[in-house]
Amino acid sequence: MLKGVKIASVLAAAALVLTGCSKSDNGAAATTAPATSAAPAVKVGMAYDQDGKGDGSFNDAAYAGLSKAQADLGVEIKEVNSGSSATDASRQELLTLLATDGYNPVIAVGFAYSTALAATAAQFPDTTFAIVDSVVDAPNVGSLVFAAEQGSYLVGVIAASASKTGHIGFIGGMEIDLIKAFEAGFDQGAKSVNPSIKIDSKYMGAAGDNTAWNVPDKAKAASAAMIGKGADVIYAAAGGSGLGMFQAIKEAGAGHWAIGVDSDQYNVPSLADYKDFILTSMLKRVDVAVYDVIKGVVDGAPLTGVQNFDLAKDGVGYSSSNPAVADFAAAADAAAAAIKDGTVTVATK
Amino acid sequence: MKLRRFLTSLIAPLLGVVVSIAVTAAILVFIHASVSGVFSAMLKYGTSPRAETLILNLATTYFLSALAVAIGFKMNLFNIGVNGQYVLGAVAAGAVAGNLTLPKPISLTITILVAMIVGAAWAGVAAWLKVSRGVSEVISTIMLNFIAIAIISFAIIRTSVGTETAMNIRGTKVIPESGMLRGSAFIDPKTKVYGFFFVTIFIGLLYWFVLNRTRFGYDLRATGHSASAARVSGIEAKRMTTITMLISGALAGLVGLPYLLGDAASYNLNFPTDWGFTGIAIALLGRNNPLGIAFGALLWAFLDVSSGQLILEGVPREITTIMQGLIVFVVVMSYEIVRRNQIKSEQNRVAKALEAQAVSA
Repeated sequence: MLKGVKIASVLAAAALVLTGCSKSDNGAAATTAPATSAAPAVKVGMAYDQDGKGDGSFNDAAYAGLSKAQADLGVEIKEVNSGSSATDASRQELLTLLATDGYNPVIAVGFAYSTALAATAAQFPDTTFAIVDSVVDAPNVGSLVFAAEQGSYLVGVIAASASKTGHIGFIGGMEIDLIKAFEAGFDQGAKSVNPSIKIDSKYMGAAGDNTAWNVPDKAKAASAAMIGKGADVIYAAAGGSGLGMFQAIKEAGAGHWAIGVDSDQYNVPSLADYKDFILTSMLKRVDVAVYDVIKGVVDGAPLTGVQNFDLAKDGVGYSSSNPAVADFAAAADAAAAAIKDGTVTVATK
Repeated sequence: MKLRRFLTSLIAPLLGVVVSIAVTAAILVFIHASVSGVFSAMLKYGTSPRAETLILNLATTYFLSALAVAIGFKMNLFNIGVNGQYVLGAVAAGAVAGNLTLPKPISLTITILVAMIVGAAWAGVAAWLKVSRGVSEVISTIMLNFIAIAIISFAIIRTSVGTETAMNIRGTKVIPESGMLRGSAFIDPKTKVYGFFFVTIFIGLLYWFVLNRTRFGYDLRATGHSASAARVSGIEAKRMTTITMLISGALAGLVGLPYLLGDAASYNLNFPTDWGFTGIAIALLGRNNPLGIAFGALLWAFLDVSSGQLILEGVPREITTIMQGLIVFVVVMSYEIVRRNQIKSEQNRVAKALEAQAVSA
């Protein structure tokens, strides 16, 4: 009997909480209503994979392009993320929801979306889609790919020039061809300066291990080990894991340099503690690509087909935000010119 | 009496749902989102034909995973290794099915058998460790999960099991249409309910029958209730442990198949790898009962699927994860309270009966 009373009282309490909450509905709704007065014509839907923004790297670079478009072109934006344990079915549903709600273009950030995007694009032929880091062959899809090996070649040149010990390191995210291209370019660039340079390399996870992009602890341990063996410049292409490399370099102190990736990490607010140690970043201009796609739709000339963002298109490069990089800029710019005119071809694996 | 027991068994899950809604509402108020707006958007979207189809498909996966966990629970075995068992099962099934060009029934039979055998074999490692070396299955299965992921990465990247199925994506060879079980679009005209949905219903019925209507099921439940009593009545505990782990593994082997055969067609490196943990939560929620698990799986899938709509409403999708966590938390707690109360009232009853005897004597 007592049990019944207990349960009933819990239920009643729960009901009270519920009604109490629903009363405040109207006020809450008013504060969250979109602040747009005049409805803009173009609504951009952006889908990140897994946890999305906040990696200070790849996804944030995509967001930079999106927010630039929002400011410059006055487009309305909507961002979604697929969450952990996403399937092709759930990714497709996200894209479908965006397309159904009238978002055009719909931009998928990350190659994990390729199957889902191909299926969705076929169902919405009047919507422009774009995918970063993959190729989807459909008339209404822009495939945004980057010559990451070329940009990595340049930071390889910088790393080898800056290294006093003749020993540098590479931290990779997931061990897949996409990231191996970063390593290949970096190696080739470094060896073009110093053929006998020693390059340590470590990946944060095997292919399929989705934690690889988000294990700064592991990246820190790996970087510290490289530093212990004498490496004094480390380049990380590992998404959110890259933070660990910055920490290890900072603890090693002056004379050690970190090289960032994707975004200009010297200017990323969340990495401000480490900026004095970030010599340069390999820029993968996802922001440029995203902005171009949105601008294309705004101008009525959607960007479709394979769009290869290479050095010649300023789709990749290195950042000179840190004044310290000026000492090595001549070498890097010479290498860039050689790649552009075809004297040097950078391997992808 | 039976009806009353059934009704009291409903109290805990209902309480879980109510509390989770209440707490979620409080969080929504805290982040300045519209409470009724969010819930009505979830309901409206969740009952649309396309979402219903997606929910059924996801629930199919969750149901199988929970069933694999539940059969272990019935014997006090905690199989945390469903993750490892199903990913290995799915890779093996994908690799085999990708190379088969046989009539559909034969191809499907082989694929399903391969998945079950591989899943069972991986669980068998833990079973062997337990019966021969006394290693707790909790420890061994969780370790085996990591080993399974490493094996898969190796197989797909370094061996001929993997091919490049799309740019930057490596996976098992794409399964030809003759090997797929795509199902039919009977709710939403454009989205198919996985064919494995029907297979899973059959598996659920079979599970109920085996557990409640066979000698084996009796032995299993008896061992779970009291290992010593079971031993006295002639049930071999080690044999039961091994068999239960193998069945649990075989069921786990199937977890990846609804998605693999209904949609993905290739096990690639984006295949979700944590459905096994979801299964544990749903088995707890459904109290190892197939009907309870079915409801739990549907509820879980509803929350997962509608989380996609939530982000469009400007609410973080993690809200649904909070709801799922709260439901399990409250349900497990209230089951425990109910159980303790039952024991107490039982003791009181016995005490009263004894007192009455003493007085009359």
